[in-house]
Amino acid sequence: MISLRVDQSIIASLIEPGSRVLDLGCGDGLLMQHLIHQKQCKGIGVEISPEGVQSCIAHGVPVYQGDMDQGLSDHFDATFDYVLLSHTLQAIHRPAFVLEEMLRVGRRGIVSFPNFGHWRFRWQLLISGRVPQRGVLPYMWYDTPNIRMCTLLDFRDLCHELDIRIVQQIPLAASGDVKGGLPLRASNVPWMQFMANWLSPMAVFLLEKE
Amino acid sequence: MTHEPLTASVGIVTPQHVRLFGASTPLQLDGGTLLHSVDVSYETYGTLNQERSNAVLICHALSGNAHAAGYHSKDDKRPGWWDHYIGPGKPFDTNRYFVIASNNLGGCDGTTGPSSIDPATGMPYGLNFPMITIGDIVRVQHALVRQLGIERLMAVVGGSMGGMQALQWALDYPHMVPASVIIAAAPRLTAQNIAFNAVARQAIMADPHFNGGDYYTLPGDPTTKARPESGLALARMMAHITYLSEQGLHERFGRRLQDRDALSYGFETDFAVESYLSYQGSSFVKRFDANSYLYITKAMDYFDPFPDAETTVQRLTGVESHFLVMSFDTDWRFDTSRSKELVRILHRSLKDCTFQEFSSPAGHDAFLLPHPSYEKSLGSFLLRTWQSITGGQA
Repeated sequence: MISLRVDQSIIASLIEPGSRVLDLGCGDGLLMQHLIHQKQCKGIGVEISPEGVQSCIAHGVPVYQGDMDQGLSDHFDATFDYVLLSHTLQAIHRPAFVLEEMLRVGRRGIVSFPNFGHWRFRWQLLISGRVPQRGVLPYMWYDTPNIRMCTLLDFRDLCHELDIRIVQQIPLAASGDVKGGLPLRASNVPWMQFMANWLSPMAVFLLEKE
Repeated sequence: MTHEPLTASVGIVTPQHVRLFGASTPLQLDGGTLLHSVDVSYETYGTLNQERSNAVLICHALSGNAHAAGYHSKDDKRPGWWDHYIGPGKPFDTNRYFVIASNNLGGCDGTTGPSSIDPATGMPYGLNFPMITIGDIVRVQHALVRQLGIERLMAVVGGSMGGMQALQWALDYPHMVPASVIIAAAPRLTAQNIAFNAVARQAIMADPHFNGGDYYTLPGDPTTKARPESGLALARMMAHITYLSEQGLHERFGRRLQDRDALSYGFETDFAVESYLSYQGSSFVKRFDANSYLYITKAMDYFDPFPDAETTVQRLTGVESHFLVMSFDTDWRFDTSRSKELVRILHRSLKDCTFQEFSSPAGHDAFLLPHPSYEKSLGSFLLRTWQSITGGQA
């Protein structure tokens, strides 16, 4: 049995069987492998690291080695049912461009990312006066691949600006490799949004173009 | 990076020969003419399984031949051209797969080509040999595969011109090819690629001994005819430069002088790289036929399975193959963008296609040389294919 990250399990649960899927920054390809085998999905991953690509090949997952920009321009409009960006948003240079491209080549987009508004980050910054480097983001500020830190509210603002509709926001109670982190109760009520931004270390968004 | 030692050699192999087609079932060439019989030389490594489902066809590049792995005799100093990759425990694992390699139509290593005897005249074909295409080359391979009793291959694999053949296979025999591996190749030649081939052909045809392609000495001929050796050597030298990278060539030779301490201030061989190229040229003419070079480069020039959008859709409809496309970052004969051109076409037709680029200083030739990470990707793609087809366990 493949063991997925908690956000990956949530993402997998959002995808209907038989869908065509593009997974951007697919890493070792385990999510795609799960979708191919458990949900009869078709599709491809995009990954830049040679180790990731190699692992995808070994897992029988079609993969394109390259950056997101190239990985997306290969495809015609509305080629995929879902385009995934799981735990990768924070590492890309042009997130707005990639989000728009995702919803050009795909009917729906699913994005998961660590929430920089989580209380633990706020607390660490407040107390230590230094950028947090623990937990899901274990890097120093100067060598981190995570160059785009945002909060859930920041991300909602960007979606609004890009005319992207948030179909579902699923704030998670746990993140990273933690197994069984349950989704918090999702809601579009502003008060709940505000609370989620404090309480969730990570969230999954299901997106559509307006 | 650690490199696990690749295990054994396939050992001593015996080249095999078969005559295909015939007067009543001739080979129909794309150019419109017929060949009534075609001799093919080939080698196989490993064992065909009972279901006949583990056969992997290897397609060679311009100057390759059927001798892809192992040795022809105990005293043989050099193994086949892809020996590093074929054998027990290697990417083409002969413990699992039945590997077939044949000499291409138009070649000069046992398969019918311009140096073969034309049965109609009893003389070598020379330039009377009909023009051939990559499609024709693949048609002959297909006849060989069927002759071996194989209805469906496990994979077709090739580098450079061999990659073009692997692609042609997937398009022409969609139900026979579940997996294609296309390495350091392109879906069509660019003007620059064609220009290199054109200069090579001009070098051969401008040789005073070319004699309109009629330079073969027949057995029993009292006089030996001179062959267009300097033209062919020149063609090879020029092509060889395009197979290496600037970095690789410079790292190997730099500005080192050859057998001398000072510049000659004349037109003798001053630099080591000059001497190296001359050696490449002169050793090539011993094993290759100038007319074959003309025909095969022309077949590459003509290759263009996706000339326009409509044809592309037509050609790719029904293609079942999974593709693995690979390139090397210092290859400038077929650089990475050419591989990506193919990948884009396949993606847009919703084909399963994996693409990986490898780093190597070796240029176009990198696909023939040891390269741990390329070996690993190739090996695991084939293993995956084998598992899904035969249900075998790794």
